[in-house]
Amino acid sequence: MSFDVPDDLRYLESHEWVRVAGDTAEVGITAFAQDELGDVVFVELPEEGAELTAAEDFGVVESIKAVSDVYAPVSGTVTAVNDRLRDEPELLNEDPFGDGWMLKVEVADESEVDDLLSPDAYRDQIE
Amino acid sequence: MTLRAPPLSAVHQRADASFTDFGGWEMPVEFESIRTEHEAVRSEVGKFDVSHMGQITVAGPDAATLTQRLTTNDVTVLDPGEAQYGAITDEDGIMLDDTVVYRLPEGAADEFLFIPNAGHDGEMTERWLSERDERGLDATVTNRTEEYAMIAVQGPDAPDLLSAETEVSLAGLSRFEVTDGPVAGVDSLIARTGYTGEPGFEILCPPDDAEAVWGALECQPCGLGARDTLRLEMGFLLSGQEFHPVDEPRTPYEAGIGWTVKLDTEFVGRDALEGVAADGPEEKLIGIELIDRGVPRHGYDVTTPDGEPIGHITSGTMSPTLGAPIALAYVPAAYAEPGTSIRVVVRGEPKKARTRSTPFLDR
Repeated sequence: MSFDVPDDLRYLESHEWVRVAGDTAEVGITAFAQDELGDVVFVELPEEGAELTAAEDFGVVESIKAVSDVYAPVSGTVTAVNDRLRDEPELLNEDPFGDGWMLKVEVADESEVDDLLSPDAYRDQIE
Repeated sequence: MTLRAPPLSAVHQRADASFTDFGGWEMPVEFESIRTEHEAVRSEVGKFDVSHMGQITVAGPDAATLTQRLTTNDVTVLDPGEAQYGAITDEDGIMLDDTVVYRLPEGAADEFLFIPNAGHDGEMTERWLSERDERGLDATVTNRTEEYAMIAVQGPDAPDLLSAETEVSLAGLSRFEVTDGPVAGVDSLIARTGYTGEPGFEILCPPDDAEAVWGALECQPCGLGARDTLRLEMGFLLSGQEFHPVDEPRTPYEAGIGWTVKLDTEFVGRDALEGVAADGPEEKLIGIELIDRGVPRHGYDVTTPDGEPIGHITSGTMSPTLGAPIALAYVPAAYAEPGTSIRVVVRGEPKKARTRSTPFLDR
């Protein structure tokens, strides 16, 4: 099975994606990750204003069968949280790169983005 | 160690199932999605390959005496074509396994058939043989696990679906009754049993014909993932989680199946269980519903509202039918009353929860 890997995003080996626009980064998990997890039933995210550190866990995604930590692609301050995931965790399955976004972060250090996987590198990892 | 593969393994691979190691067997865990499969069984019908379950036959003049000696229930009350649930305990009354014992329909080659859990067939065959030899009983014990495929078809539409593939009158078959007859032209045993709480059947047939039976039952294929959420909603025990002789040593009374223990019969573990029955178990398996957000999982601690540890979760999930987090846990009998306020420690955070009776669903 091949999975969607949008070309305008960067990726972590642990299957998070980040969409950087200016100094804001939108963060979520990939289509591959949601498929591996199966039916997502619970998402735990930080509050607005929380500080994230790159490569450290910031939340939890639980499917019926598994629990998985979610890791921050970049350091920064959380400026928005996708509250819909509280009541509709299945959005992560249905639209992981769109309505299933998790956080928006004010990026502290843009150079961290350069350390993330390119779309091609991430495709190589999951194939 | 090489995993044992069920006879339908290639069929499942063609269906693009994902697989897991379960009791030494490589079994399909998911076909579409656990939720889809779960909902199919609750609202319509689904089919499961349960060929990893063991099959052991016990025949001969002392077959009943031997099986009576090794199971907690009273097999002598079974007429031909009847089945019962029971536990297999050691001298201390600790559950080694749980099982369904069938007294086969008249005319069958063997008298009793029992179904130990996946991976237990070798150990249970040895247990029966050893007891037979020790007591000088006249019985033939045969591990037939490789000679049977086992397919469960479960859900409110299961009787109609199976009726279309067999001439056997299923309407005349009560729960825990078993008959023989063809399914899709394949000589089979058909039992009105299952592990989901829904109306349904378990079909035993020769492995070489399993594909014909599986293919004829046109409905949602389901994996062990859905089987687990379905059984948990009913509060049914899973071997290795709610009981295990080393990791979770429990008596049938603690595990909530004291009704399968017939103390007026003689079986291994009886004397120990008589004491437990008289005093009541110190701990009990209870249902839990989380009030706070979170998902209870196997191994999580259970505490009082003050944080005093009192037990642990054995199985937990987000119930697909209820949309609520549910679990089973052992706690001291004093905390077993439904409605008792407790906490479940989810990744270090105590979450509000309350005990409740099982099953979680009315079925």
